[in-house]
Amino acid sequence: MRLDELLTQKKTAIIDKWFDVVADTYPADTAGFIKRQKDPFANPVGGTTQKSLTVLMDELLGEMNHDKIDSFLDPIIRIRAVQDFTPSRAISFVFSLKKIIRNQLNKSDFNDHRILAELFEFDLKIDLIGLTAFDIYMKCREKIYQIKANEEKNRTFSAFERAGLIKELPGSGPELA
Amino acid sequence: MSGPKPNELIEKIDYNPPQKGWMDVPVKIRKGMYCYASNPKSVEYVHLPHARPWNPLEEDWKLPDNWKEIVHNAFRERLDRFRSFKVFMDICVRCGACADKCHFFIGTGDPKNMPVLRAELLRSVYRNDFTTAGKILGKVAGARELTLDVLKEWWYYFFQCTECRRCSVFCPYGIDTAEITIMAREIFNLLGLNIDWIATPVANCYRTGNHLGIQPHAFKEMIEFFVDDIEEKTGVKVEPSFNKKGADILFVTPSGDVFADPGTYTAMGYLMLFHYLKEQGLNVTWSTYASEGGNFGFFTSHEMMKRLNSKMYAEAKRLGVKWILGGECGHMWRVINQYMDTMNGPADFLEEPISPITGTKFTNAKSTKMVHLSEFTADLIYHNKLKLDKSRNDNLIVTYHDSCNPARGMGLFDEPRYVINSVCNHFHDMPRNTIREQTFCCGSGSGLNAGEDTELRLCGGLPRANAVKHVHEKFGVNMLATICAIDRAALPPLMDYWVPGVGVTGLTEMVANALIMPGEAERTTNLRGEPLPGMEE
Ligand code: SF4
Ligand code: SF4
Repeated sequence: MRLDELLTQKKTAIIDKWFDVVADTYPADTAGFIKRQKDPFANPVGGTTQKSLTVLMDELLGEMNHDKIDSFLDPIIRIRAVQDFTPSRAISFVFSLKKIIRNQLNKSDFNDHRILAELFEFDLKIDLIGLTAFDIYMKCREKIYQIKANEEKNRTFSAFERAGLIKELPGSGPELA
Repeated sequence: MSGPKPNELIEKIDYNPPQKGWMDVPVKIRKGMYCYASNPKSVEYVHLPHARPWNPLEEDWKLPDNWKEIVHNAFRERLDRFRSFKVFMDICVRCGACADKCHFFIGTGDPKNMPVLRAELLRSVYRNDFTTAGKILGKVAGARELTLDVLKEWWYYFFQCTECRRCSVFCPYGIDTAEITIMAREIFNLLGLNIDWIATPVANCYRTGNHLGIQPHAFKEMIEFFVDDIEEKTGVKVEPSFNKKGADILFVTPSGDVFADPGTYTAMGYLMLFHYLKEQGLNVTWSTYASEGGNFGFFTSHEMMKRLNSKMYAEAKRLGVKWILGGECGHMWRVINQYMDTMNGPADFLEEPISPITGTKFTNAKSTKMVHLSEFTADLIYHNKLKLDKSRNDNLIVTYHDSCNPARGMGLFDEPRYVINSVCNHFHDMPRNTIREQTFCCGSGSGLNAGEDTELRLCGGLPRANAVKHVHEKFGVNMLATICAIDRAALPPLMDYWVPGVGVTGLTEMVANALIMPGEAERTTNLRGEPLPGMEE
């Protein structure tokens, strides 16, 4: 059997395990909640993760469409970029998939050269997603800094500016920030 | 070659957090998750104690030597004074119904943001200091001593609660963690531990009447600028009145509407609505002194809230109006509905509000004498008093964010939706468990709307944004309407990060865009200067 077929057969189990890996990057009480609560509006982290991982797995087994990977990886990284994770911990879950997949294989599969070659290729695809994750992470962090910098200026300041009141109120905008 | 093999190295990288009891996880104050310490000048200005520069990231918070005694006495005093606080300390059965209902827990994933655990931070010390079991059994009974680390943990997490009360909706005992946060913050203020985003607006409001410290002449100039802008866009010159003695109604709105985009467009909407109603008998005035509907005293202490709230009523008395009309504000309404009457009331020098246009008696406002603009407008529309062209808002696909305070604090659910549906053709509510009494906070309420805590605000706003994203993808929603000034300031960056392509508006801005003003020129743009549907080049 080819690796792709094997993984396609076990797709649901793999996604479930992958999901648990993401959930377990949170403290135990939080992880329990993320796994248990199925309503995506009560549990946006869980809902987003489930949706993202499912599509990513499909792409790994299929076309590897870059736009699709980008748009489904974005929401999950976007969440982790504001939470209490170091950059490596924010994107580590992508690489955890390698171990999950190996655990799905039988010992004998590792003697099969064809499967090993395919496994190597599959790893490269995972790496590609990992690199994309890194790009998205950086984009999100930049956005956060941009929001921080612009917010006050945009809101209060521009209203004053439009009214031509800026000169009368030196420093009143930034002082509150 | 010796040394670890690659897979041994990989095994050593532990991505899972350590699993310990919550009391054993020390607090780590993370950048982006807290607000700057209060400016000592602002603390001094309102005569609060222990004003000093200090930095939450530094080891030494420069606390007064007897800080433990201050906390202990303040705790005791509040247990005696507020029966609800004592009850909330005693009756929680730790059933966990509230645990996953807080937007900060959902968004940060930090267990100490579970409402039950947030309260437990304080309750553990309560047990130690004020209960026999706690004194004897200590940690076994969930008790712990107050240490500097505990105080820092309190500070960090009670400034990660927006006092939104969502948790209380799910508690079978009605325990309101917001009230526990309120007590904790009162205690912080006795140690000079407020945050600046609260302390400085409070001082400004106390001195000049609004959060930004804008003086009366600038306040008036800003509104006069709106008048010119309205004339440019509609051809109608509106004539607002200021500090007018003998007016029937005093209008009070958050200063954010006057000074911060996109609230400014809502303020222009107020002006147009009042002008429209003038001929039908509306006699309303703005005050340049009571120029703030918001009340950050509410996030400081009961006394400070009372002090700032009293201004509004003093001004109503001075001007001799009959009742007060309140603009699109959030926590102002919680202060009015829950506290005003026992704090500064009864306002028996005012009359029970009656709409001069429709004759409707606002019996719900019988004791506070203050009517919400959404109720007032809904009543006007219901009685056919406004000529509206809904199609002018046809470019908008709207959803509505129930602001915590008007929703959970006063039960205002249907009037805003009625108004929206009357002024625009495309409205879609967000999923049921994210609106009305179950609404998710914007993540920036209760004075946390600063720039330095952006990560905290984005985390806290995730559940709200997630629901907006759903209607954005499903129905093409491109406008988020709301009746709170903090929302109008906090939601644009939230949308920018989570759901780009969704704007933020007040209700009255949409009303004004649809309103057919007598004598108006052909309207080609909305109040933001964007072309109206069908008027694009
Ligand atoms: S009041 Fe709101 S922010 Fe505070 S604990 Fe409850 S749900 Fe969380
Ligand atoms: S729902 Fe009420 S009783 Fe249950 S844990 Fe929360 S606060 Fe305690």
